[in-house]
Amino acid sequence: MSRKVALAVAWRSIHIFLTNPAFLAPGILFPLFFFTAFAGGLSAISSAPGFDFPSGYTAFQFVFVLLQSAAFGGVFTGFGIARDFETGFAQRYLLAARDRRGIVAGYALAALARALITWTVLTAVALVAGMQVGGDGVELLGLYGLAVLVNLTATLWAAGVAMRVRSIQGGPLMQFPVFLILFLAPVYVPLDLLSGWIHAVASVNPVTALLEAGRGFISGDPTVVALAFAIAVALPLLFSLWARGGLRRAEAAG
Amino acid sequence: MEQADKAGIEAEGLVREFKNGPRAVDGIDLRVAPGEIYGFLGPNGAGKSTTVLMLTTLLPPTAGTARVAGFDIVREGGEVRGAIGAALQEAALDPLLTGREHMRLQTALHGLPKAERGERSVELLARVGLSEAADRKVGQYSGGMKRRLDLALALAHRPRILFLDEPTTGLDIQSRTALWDEVAGLAKEGVTVFLTTQYLEEADALADRVGIIDHGKIVAEGTPAELKAEIGRPTVEAVPHDLDDQARVAEALRPFGEESGATKRGGAAVRLEGGESQLADVVRALDAAGLAIEQLQLHAPSLDDVFLAKTGRSLEGAGEGEPGSEEMEAVGVP
Amino acid sequence: MSAHTTQVGQLARRSVLRTLRQPGQIVPALIFPLFLLAVNSGGLKDATNLPGFPTSSYLTFALAVPFMQGALFSVMNAGTDLARDIETGFLNRLALTPLRGAALLGGLLAGAIVLGLVQAATYLLVGLLAGAELAAGVGGALVIVVLSVSITVAFGTLGLFVALRSGTAEAVQGMFPLFFVLLFLSSMALPLELLQTDWFHTVASINPVSYLLQAFRSLLIEGWNLGELALGFAIAAAIGAIGMTAATAALKTRLVRT
Repeated sequence: MSRKVALAVAWRSIHIFLTNPAFLAPGILFPLFFFTAFAGGLSAISSAPGFDFPSGYTAFQFVFVLLQSAAFGGVFTGFGIARDFETGFAQRYLLAARDRRGIVAGYALAALARALITWTVLTAVALVAGMQVGGDGVELLGLYGLAVLVNLTATLWAAGVAMRVRSIQGGPLMQFPVFLILFLAPVYVPLDLLSGWIHAVASVNPVTALLEAGRGFISGDPTVVALAFAIAVALPLLFSLWARGGLRRAEAAG
Repeated sequence: MEQADKAGIEAEGLVREFKNGPRAVDGIDLRVAPGEIYGFLGPNGAGKSTTVLMLTTLLPPTAGTARVAGFDIVREGGEVRGAIGAALQEAALDPLLTGREHMRLQTALHGLPKAERGERSVELLARVGLSEAADRKVGQYSGGMKRRLDLALALAHRPRILFLDEPTTGLDIQSRTALWDEVAGLAKEGVTVFLTTQYLEEADALADRVGIIDHGKIVAEGTPAELKAEIGRPTVEAVPHDLDDQARVAEALRPFGEESGATKRGGAAVRLEGGESQLADVVRALDAAGLAIEQLQLHAPSLDDVFLAKTGRSLEGAGEGEPGSEEMEAVGVP
Repeated sequence: MSAHTTQVGQLARRSVLRTLRQPGQIVPALIFPLFLLAVNSGGLKDATNLPGFPTSSYLTFALAVPFMQGALFSVMNAGTDLARDIETGFLNRLALTPLRGAALLGGLLAGAIVLGLVQAATYLLVGLLAGAELAAGVGGALVIVVLSVSITVAFGTLGLFVALRSGTAEAVQGMFPLFFVLLFLSSMALPLELLQTDWFHTVASINPVSYLLQAFRSLLIEGWNLGELALGFAIAAAIGAIGMTAATAALKTRLVRT
């Protein structure tokens, strides 16, 4: 029953963004743009002393943009959930679904579908731009696997906020922490080239491990894999509790 | 066209066409005497708001002419605006400003001297019952309060003519009645009121004369009494004791006239072709059919009957979206 | 006081009040650029080691960026406020008064000016407290504020144009990515001379934002470079002139009153 609910909810969300380019386009264009701006505009940074990344700056930035798009894809899904509550459509789901966890699962499935489309385009563009890929099939699977888990985490976070606030006014609340945690990480240079407060913050930021593992995968030199996956699996488990709490709040509000 | 009085409205052949749609207003002639309350009645999409927008100079007509307060709406738009006040379909308020701040802005924009603005604001806010809420942001006002503020703003510069576009739509009974009292009071002071509405009882209660508009044309005009007398057909409504007998009641009433839409649950109603004198025959027919009747009522003709007679449709439920509404939005008409 | 001045004054007053009563507009406009400044100046510190980098303090180099980001917020805020007035019908209310179109636009920009002042003062103060240099001294600080307000107003007119043309707040919000792109495809993170990727360098070189950034940097890093300063002001004036012209034309269509 939960599976059916999930598929139905997912179908609607997927149908909406496939038939309304205005909903799909930003999710694709923004990461492409970031990739272009960072990889294109900051490539000189890789000449800085100590910057030693075998696959080149394009691949270095590709990993960040991939995970960033995964995270923001989840946030955009949260916007959609908030909008559904605001318009009253979510009540339709709550009334119809026997197992309401399926509703959240459905939104998460749709988020993943949208992310897969984004990543396909992003990867194609990166390859055309000459990105060097040192990793093999398994390592690349590891990279995209991390992205899937980041997407799920962000969706659950945003869903939890959306179901508590039940209005699009909750948008900044969904977005800002994600932005914060992404950018307080080694975005432009590796961790060992950061110094001062930002190095201290990035050292304890869980996103750093995800980035380092991802960059390791793409360059064929895997690193901190266990830590990264431990984090990547723990986060969605943690945020599933957050989302469930949000669902309970939404149910109680009627 | 003769020069209209300084507080009157005259329109001749007024037309408004939009690019891809039918004519929203299709040749309207009307005359509103100074100090009169003129009710413009019609379903959604009939062309009421478009007419108001033209008469208030916010939309140029495609054809035809009109004079408001003696000024031509096309060539003397500025003078028209100086003489009129308008509360349009949307309350059009800024949720971040207080009621008092709205009044201050409106009086200043209309050029009232600084010394007079405060006084006028206090006076009008008191008049519409918003003195206590004057310093609260409008975002916290109820629908009724917003409408009242809207009216106060329309009166800020002492206009001779007031346009009210569906002023009580969405209001509760109390707020509606309060607004009616206010409008009636204004008319007593000599203000000409042009009021559009889709509510029969509003036109009936307030208007000195009513123009009924449908599909952009005026289909009937006159005082409410004149219009109803023209139709002259009362409605008889019968509710059977046993609700299962509704169809039989309808069958029994059928020979006496056209079915009327408005009935209580389980009842049937017809407009009596032969007038009140047929009532005895109706009772006999119901009796002959062996029907036990719980309620039998005779209703005088309503404006809805007038509308039905003129258009073949009932006013209630007759509405559609206003033609050319997207075009209206494109030129900044909400 | 003439009627015209009163109209502008009243609308300006309203515009300022509305801006101050929307912390949701002000706070992100202050915090977001400062956050990025902190992150970028920490994360891109090593750029100062690149040969040809104009200063040893990346913070000083990056301090120009918040002023441009502030301008972006101005586009959104001014445009969204006007779009809401159109959507709610408030513009029709104003149209029924003797209000002239130019007064409406002028008054609306008053809020942008106030926000611009607050932004400029905040960025400058925080930047200097964090250790950024200001080679042009106190006079330079004043010029920075004036330049920032000029740019904020100039970009604000673009927001007004989009609002008048589209009539919806959603369309104005949809412009955000466009202006965001404009900011990124510039010398935002590195000086023009150090942009290695050919196409990026070409785009950044013709992007007026690069020269606006350079105007700020000339005051922060070099001192008084009148040529770069004049170019920055000229670009701001040009954007403002284009924006105002376009907005005025769009207003004529929007306020079709006779």
